[in-house]
Amino acid sequence: MKMTGAQIICEGLVKEGVEVIFGFPGGAVLPLYDTLARYPQLRHILVRHEQGAAHAADSYARATGKVGVCIATSGPGATNLVTGIANAHLDSSPVVAITGQVARPFIGKDAFQEVDISGITLPITKHNYLVLDVGSLAKIVKEAFYLARTGRPGPILIDVPRDVFIEQTEFNYPSQVDLPGYKPTLQGHPAQIKKAAKLINEAQRPLIIGGRGIIISGAYAELKQLAETAQIPVITTLLGIGCFPESHILSFGMLGMHGMAYANMAVAAADVIIAIGMRFDDRATGKVSEFAPHASIIHIDIDPAEIGKNVPVVVPIVGDAKLVLNALNKLIISTEHIDWFQQLEGWRREHPSTAIRDCEGLLPQLVIRKIYEVTQGEAIIVTGVGQNQMWAAQHYCYDKPNSLISSGGLGTMGFELPAAIGAKVGCPDTTVWCIAGDGGFQMTIQELATIVQEKLAVKIAIINNAYLGMVRQWQELFYGRRYVATPLSSPDFVKIAEAYGIPGLRVRHKEEVVPAIEQAMAERGPFLIDFVVEPEENVYPMVVPGAALTEVLEAPKKEAKAVSDSAKLPVSNI
Amino acid sequence: MTMKHTLVALVEDKPGVLTRMASLFRRRGFNIESIVVGRSEVPHLSRMTIVISGPTTMVEQLRKQLDKIIDVVKVFDITAEDTVARELALIKVGATSSNRSEIIQIVDIFRANIVDVAPDSVTVEVTGDEEKIDSLLNLLRGFGIKEMTRTGRIAMARGGRRLPAAKQSSKAEGKGQKA
Ligand SMILES: Cc1ncc(C[n+]2csc(CCOP(=O)(O)OP(=O)(O)O)c2C)c(N)n1
Repeated sequence: MKMTGAQIICEGLVKEGVEVIFGFPGGAVLPLYDTLARYPQLRHILVRHEQGAAHAADSYARATGKVGVCIATSGPGATNLVTGIANAHLDSSPVVAITGQVARPFIGKDAFQEVDISGITLPITKHNYLVLDVGSLAKIVKEAFYLARTGRPGPILIDVPRDVFIEQTEFNYPSQVDLPGYKPTLQGHPAQIKKAAKLINEAQRPLIIGGRGIIISGAYAELKQLAETAQIPVITTLLGIGCFPESHILSFGMLGMHGMAYANMAVAAADVIIAIGMRFDDRATGKVSEFAPHASIIHIDIDPAEIGKNVPVVVPIVGDAKLVLNALNKLIISTEHIDWFQQLEGWRREHPSTAIRDCEGLLPQLVIRKIYEVTQGEAIIVTGVGQNQMWAAQHYCYDKPNSLISSGGLGTMGFELPAAIGAKVGCPDTTVWCIAGDGGFQMTIQELATIVQEKLAVKIAIINNAYLGMVRQWQELFYGRRYVATPLSSPDFVKIAEAYGIPGLRVRHKEEVVPAIEQAMAERGPFLIDFVVEPEENVYPMVVPGAALTEVLEAPKKEAKAVSDSAKLPVSNI
Repeated sequence: MTMKHTLVALVEDKPGVLTRMASLFRRRGFNIESIVVGRSEVPHLSRMTIVISGPTTMVEQLRKQLDKIIDVVKVFDITAEDTVARELALIKVGATSSNRSEIIQIVDIFRANIVDVAPDSVTVEVTGDEEKIDSLLNLLRGFGIKEMTRTGRIAMARGGRRLPAAKQSSKAEGKGQKA
């Protein structure tokens, strides 16, 4: 059957199981939008800025495990996607971005709204296409989805000239892809797996570092089996949070710059490290030359280029985490590491990194803690970037995969609100809390209108410290407390919410926290709470940038009077 | 250990492949000594020879990063292989009636050719490995080199095999990809 380019794209989207598209129209994509009218099964969500479309698609993909799709027009529409695409790239999120382009005869002529978006996104996509022939379009759509979701996932951009949308051709959707240069290795090499098993079985102080790769491959059960059989403590990266239940006795939290002191100490003391689906990012390793000085590292990752990139590895295993762990588990002997475990427990007692100090004022940590308690750990938490992000990572107890959605690799302020939209659209029956910084929130605040138009029950908690908090913290600690360009004035967020049609509250005192969260949860639709918190509260523990993981700054002594050791424990009652 | 490495890449003959590779070299800070692109024996596949010097771990990282480019089918490090490596150079040398015969003698010794003669210059074509071309250049330098262009190295493993089996890209081990 003959179809236009626009129809071919829509047919392809349907065949790939797409249900939702986040987008924003314009001249070059008008033919595609016109065709969308005939595909009611493709729900289109109109964002207020294309960056929001890319973040929402990215977060939708993380929350659901499906490919997220976004659309933008040529020129400024396409460039507005760039931050979101880079964000998805650095966090290995499967996104297909479709952009309009000027018609073929105008390409290269600096035509109105022409921009070389495939050139611009070349280093921030897994692969991209400029479609020059409608005959290749079906194959390209097929390949794009295949590439986005397989191997190490990532964003794929398809740039479609306006006249290609309109041109007709015979429609044949390929059933298979033919990509001679792309064959991800899934099964780990048996000899390497044997070597790894031997190291693990002989280890005295083994440690697992879990990354997002475990979540992507769905290897939770396999990871749990490995940890429990050989009694190996598990720590995670920021994006690995949720790959292993944090309330599990073997869980020792997150490592890295704002990781738990005891998790970082475990890295320094371990003799064997099993790093799975993570990439030794500098925020996780600290000074890389002093990372895990006593450990033989086993690195399991689907991307061969990640192995040996940042740290030397003794046993490299290229493969899918689930398949590799499955094979590895067959060779693991049931053991105990009582001394090691007791040492870690001791460190956890001596360095209660998640204790919340006693304070008259409203502490941001307490807000997160209470959201955890009220939601009983059942919510999806979507964060901004900065202090709010770190507190959200530290003070909520994540037991489920994908219960934390956060911008890790790129650290994109403004991710929070559109990402909360993506998560809520993907998981309408789950409570979604957006933990926002007062700075980051103002970067994509316009998406409040999207929430209202699409009737999305997103709950928003602004951690309002009247500063660009994380930068202020660095200025306090490393720049003599000179607060240049970090004090931040904000509009009345409650009134802003009201203007958009979202009910809201302001909370200044700790007694009001729980009732406010409960009110938000009771509301059927969206709700916003402006938590006015202690302005100069810092995130601890902190590994000074460039220092080894063991050089941890902990909360200053006067602050350390802990009211409770709130080391992450399951909720018993609210 | 820092040494010169020769990588051979088979890449799909698609627009943008070179840009993708060049962008990767720049972005990840790899300093390439030479890169040569041309057709291979397989239609739709181009063959590239890349020369880079650096520690083995860095070159291995480059090889893996190149391999990740979707349009790159295979990348091999053939440094340790027994290879034939050649480069071609065109060298325009200043010449007068009095020293022209001396230049011709040198060119003969190197089994190079004179491909153009003008009243005040001769143009020499030479093929060989880098050392041979370097030594010829050294000898000709005294006459005054007006212009020079070198192609960079192309290389191929000796013997009947098509490409070295060692150091083969991990892609080759991959499973089928029925979608
Ligand atoms: C788009 C962007 N610009 C700048 C930064 C640098 N930056 C990192 S954290 C931070 C402060 C964030 O302030 P806010 O959103 O209020 O969150 P807080 O740290 O106070 O929780 C800044 C400016 C960034 N990460 N992203």
